[in-house]
Amino acid sequence: MRLRGVGVSPGIGQGPVYVMSVSVPEPPAGATYTGDAEREKERALAALTQVAGELEARGHQAGGEAESILKAQALMAEDPGLVVRVKTLIDRGLAAPRAAFEAFTKYRDVLSGAGGYLGERAADLNDIRDRVIAILTGQQMPGVPRVPDEPYVVVATDLAPADTAVLSKRHVAAFVTEEGGPTSHTAILARALGVPAVVACRGATGLTPGLRVVVDGTSGEVRMESEGAAPVTAGVAYGTPHGPGRTRDGHPVPLLANIGGPDEVERALAMGAEGVGLYRTEFLYLGREHPPSREEQEPAYRAVLDAFPGRPVVVRTLDAGADKPLAFLPAPGREPNPALGRRGLRAYRDFPGVMEEQLAALGAVVTTDLQVMAPMVATAEEAAWFAAACRTAGLPQAGVMVEIPSAALRAETVVAAVDFVSIGTNDLAQYAFAADRELGAVSGLLDPWQPALLDLVSMTTAAAAVAGKPCGVCGEAAADPALACVLVGLGATSLSMGSAALPAVRAALAAHTLEQCEQAAQAALTQATAEQARAAARADLPGLARLGL
Amino acid sequence: MGERKVTVAAEVGLHARPAATFVKRAMQAPMDISVGKVHGGSPVNGKSILAILALDVRQGETIVISADGEGSEEILDELATIAGTP
Repeated sequence: MRLRGVGVSPGIGQGPVYVMSVSVPEPPAGATYTGDAEREKERALAALTQVAGELEARGHQAGGEAESILKAQALMAEDPGLVVRVKTLIDRGLAAPRAAFEAFTKYRDVLSGAGGYLGERAADLNDIRDRVIAILTGQQMPGVPRVPDEPYVVVATDLAPADTAVLSKRHVAAFVTEEGGPTSHTAILARALGVPAVVACRGATGLTPGLRVVVDGTSGEVRMESEGAAPVTAGVAYGTPHGPGRTRDGHPVPLLANIGGPDEVERALAMGAEGVGLYRTEFLYLGREHPPSREEQEPAYRAVLDAFPGRPVVVRTLDAGADKPLAFLPAPGREPNPALGRRGLRAYRDFPGVMEEQLAALGAVVTTDLQVMAPMVATAEEAAWFAAACRTAGLPQAGVMVEIPSAALRAETVVAAVDFVSIGTNDLAQYAFAADRELGAVSGLLDPWQPALLDLVSMTTAAAAVAGKPCGVCGEAAADPALACVLVGLGATSLSMGSAALPAVRAALAAHTLEQCEQAAQAALTQATAEQARAAARADLPGLARLGL
Repeated sequence: MGERKVTVAAEVGLHARPAATFVKRAMQAPMDISVGKVHGGSPVNGKSILAILALDVRQGETIVISADGEGSEEILDELATIAGTP
């Protein structure tokens, strides 16, 4: 049996299947109990209290952000309104499991109707409900073994931050989920851990627990270990090659790291990053009442520049919006759709002081390696406005992200206004396909092999090439070894990705000539579907299979 | 009946951590605690995390916290402080 999903974290992992949070079956409608109502209520209350205690304990063990999430879940399990509802339903004759099911469902429907943040809490409630019913019906509690005999393949409908809080790379060989997209929390978490992952994999939770499977986080394939050629152990086929990124015929393609703070520099260096292609700066701003002063910002920039002397460091200025509101950038009103709202550069228009302070801090540490770019740029006029602000701050290399389709469609004028551009494929896909990145139901559209997305990339790289300006790719697409070759074939001048993906991408590039990459790119562009584009490109990149990619 | 009007200051509103802290404190109180928005809606049980979440109080919105009985003034002060903390 073979299953296919979307590979979102490269590498190959193998081990026994562990199906997480087995969906606990719904207790039959109208199920009743025999005996005393008071005893049935006590049974229900004991289960609720036990679940609350377990969530509290797990939170304590996990610490950090996960702790507050799990402790809030513990409060939900003992919610007085919920308890009253369960008791009432038992008084009406329903058995404890069914009473719990109906009480949770009622509250879940209230929350999920509200959508957004509250909608996500609905998923929390489902998790608590399943745990309570599992106890009442004597089933195995959802969860994963803490210290298994060997690393296992975690299979789930989807993974919540609370599920993954207690997972360790030593124990997990791979992730496979039925839902989620390339930029879902599961995918981001897997890449951060350096664990292969496949998402949007239909039928995965039907896999028999304990079955030994091989998960290919690059191609998205999940197959039984007993089937087909034995896979190479993850990473061994290409080792951890260092040295500059280049094609087999020596065409240089700097391979850069995406980082979210100076503490990620060490890992980037260890994986052979040749610089930083995307330095996210939100960490300086989140959870604060006032923006950081330039004096406070400078060390964070200097630390990264010092770590990569003579290498490019591309800093992206603050990308804040209504989904992560900041006290000093108050929203003009409630935004029902933050992804389309006043975020990134759009917020600078209303609060130029915040942007100017960040550019001044960057100006104070400027070196020839420093490049600065703005997020969420839709027009050439916006790009020129930002570039002018950079010049005023003494920053010689000003650029913009190309992540809104309008900027790709008019790439020629956008490129003319700046010194370089960098394509953010995650948001570019979200906006081109009108598909929310956080919504599993539409994740199929966000396959980075979609020919329409490749068209937008191609327009941008072509315009940059004509102008003789650099055009990097810093979205997650660059982390897929096959797609990385295609992006180079389309004309990307550098690739930036999570550090864990660097060795595989370096090996894939080194195995192919620039001409092969160009052929693969042209083959992909002429296809009708993402699936066909992937297959056509891989046919032109014979080195991938040899590398186990 | 004691009352406190307070504007919720946390970025996340009365959700996540602030909501949990608020409810934990309210649960320790011997008397009933009710919470409502100044504009519209009927008040809900301040000891119910689910009711508080469903109330959906955003940053900058004003709520009314009510309680009655011995010691209610101190508890109201504490709850108002929690809700008013950024």
